[in-house]
Amino acid sequence: MRSNNFKKTDVIFSDCQHTDGQKYPILESVLKKKPQDIINEIIDSGLKGRGGAGFPTGLKWKFAAAQEQAEKYVICNADEGEPGTFKDREILLKVPGKVFAGMAICGYCINAKKGYIYLRGEYKFMVPELTKFLNEFHTTIQKMGYDFSIQILMGSGAYVCGEETALMESMEGRRGEPRNKPPFPVIEGFNNKPTVINNVETFVNVAMIQRYGVAEFKKLGTHDSRGTKVFSISGDTSKPGVYELELGMKLSDFVDEYGDGDTKAVQVGGASGFCVPRKKFNETIIGFEGVPTGGSMMLFNSSRSMYNVLSNFIHFFAEESCGQCTPCRVGCQQLVQGIKAVKNGAKDEDYLKKLLKLTESMKLTAKCGLGQSVANSFSSIVTNFKEEMIY
Amino acid sequence: MTEIKEMVKILAEKHGRERGALMPILQAVVEKQNFLSEEAMTEIARQLDISAAQVYGTASFYSFLDIKPRGKYVIRVCKSIIAEMKGKKEILKTLENSLKIKVGQTTPDRMFSLLETNDIGWSDQEPSLLINETPYTNLTSEKIINIIHEYRSKN
Ligand SMILES: Cc1cc2nc3c(=O)[nH]c(=O)nc-3n(C[C@H](O)[C@H](O)[C@H](O)COP(=O)(O)O)c2cc1C
Ligand code: SF4
Repeated sequence: MRSNNFKKTDVIFSDCQHTDGQKYPILESVLKKKPQDIINEIIDSGLKGRGGAGFPTGLKWKFAAAQEQAEKYVICNADEGEPGTFKDREILLKVPGKVFAGMAICGYCINAKKGYIYLRGEYKFMVPELTKFLNEFHTTIQKMGYDFSIQILMGSGAYVCGEETALMESMEGRRGEPRNKPPFPVIEGFNNKPTVINNVETFVNVAMIQRYGVAEFKKLGTHDSRGTKVFSISGDTSKPGVYELELGMKLSDFVDEYGDGDTKAVQVGGASGFCVPRKKFNETIIGFEGVPTGGSMMLFNSSRSMYNVLSNFIHFFAEESCGQCTPCRVGCQQLVQGIKAVKNGAKDEDYLKKLLKLTESMKLTAKCGLGQSVANSFSSIVTNFKEEMIY
Repeated sequence: MTEIKEMVKILAEKHGRERGALMPILQAVVEKQNFLSEEAMTEIARQLDISAAQVYGTASFYSFLDIKPRGKYVIRVCKSIIAEMKGKKEILKTLENSLKIKVGQTTPDRMFSLLETNDIGWSDQEPSLLINETPYTNLTSEKIINIIHEYRSKN
């Protein structure tokens, strides 16, 4: 039986007349409030970032607002490189006005006049449409007398540039190599100025919280995971696509709805996320209290080799590692060779334990989230599907 | 002034000569020339007043900023696990047969280059690929043969 907390919702893609390009009534009402009050509302809403890491959005804005510098920036992270994710594509194609509105609200709150959308190179086909909507947006807010502008900058095919500091390096014309943190971007971000960077969907959520109010937003989701999430659903499913669901659902309910009846495992959160096997569907909650996700949900049925899945992911990391730090650069290469050696019998089963230890040390010593998160898929696939790694 | 130098100068005037203009300029050169020649990179360095090594360092980091000559149409086939599950291999084979080249190569007439790339953001509609910036999704062998035919007959 399906539990009560599986609910399809329609917040992100609906009600677009409030941000339709010509008119932005949301902004008109927001601009009458005090920035401090808006930030407190976002904090109170419990909204956490939708890009994967789940940092509280309101707090991030509060830190940036407290910086007393003339120049600050707002960045929308539209790099969407995680395998199996495509929800930001749909958001930008269907409701770009909500993204712009969210960014403008952020600019107003932290006192930034300039926003950037860092769009992955793979989405260049969107630029003409987006530019058209942006032009309308600029005309509209100019009429309101509000000084804020947004510029689109493009990536060029590097997954690591989705990492916020690598993204800023890229915007500054450099190799997309992640920086040391601290300092965090809210203190020293783009061009070393205080910067708020949020995911595409996070900005839409901000706009909708301002539209419906905090109380309405809090009715959705759970205590630890407020609101809804836009999921990218792919793999062995008869209905791949983008779906908005309430946070806090059980994975078993999700599989009932989207699986093909023979689902063996779900990879939650893309290559850098976790693989959940069938026997754990019932006990797994999708949300910040359970398995968090940037929205990628890949379903695998029993005909699929989990060795192939893991091998594909590890090759992905090895290719996309920026090479800056040894644990990640060398570690990914070792993993690629290691699982192959176990599979073809050159190394015995015990070697998997060594590789698991290697990913554990990568988690502790790698410089950024790319190298740190290799352990997630590696250990969850290897421990749950060990036989498939060996034979 | 050579054609490339002229082009880089116009781009520098459009995007500015700050370091932050480097990515947009590199991207624009690739769009026009299909790759970054040594001459182009040296000229960009001169216009932005940075070293050629810095330009090369940035360019070589990004998989879409080709520093090898490519064809007029660069085909990038998505090789994500979902693409693999949905028949990427078949699409790749059809392309190799139809273009008579292997992955990584360019046709002798410099019309097509065939490459693989990581997830391009269409896991709901695999197999998929990009031809320059245009995505093609839900591919079948028949569909991709027709698409290639269309590109050929454009020229
Ligand atoms: C390797 C790597 C890739 C990432 N890619 C993305 C991405 O494509 N989009 C995104 O929003 N966040 C991505 N992130 C997370 C960002 O660093 C950052 O946490 C996020 O943009 C913050 O926004 P949010 O708080 O609204 O989620 C990535 C992180 C890592 C380590
Ligand atoms: S963990 Fe990997 S991607 Fe991140 S900085 Fe180190 S080498 Fe680069």
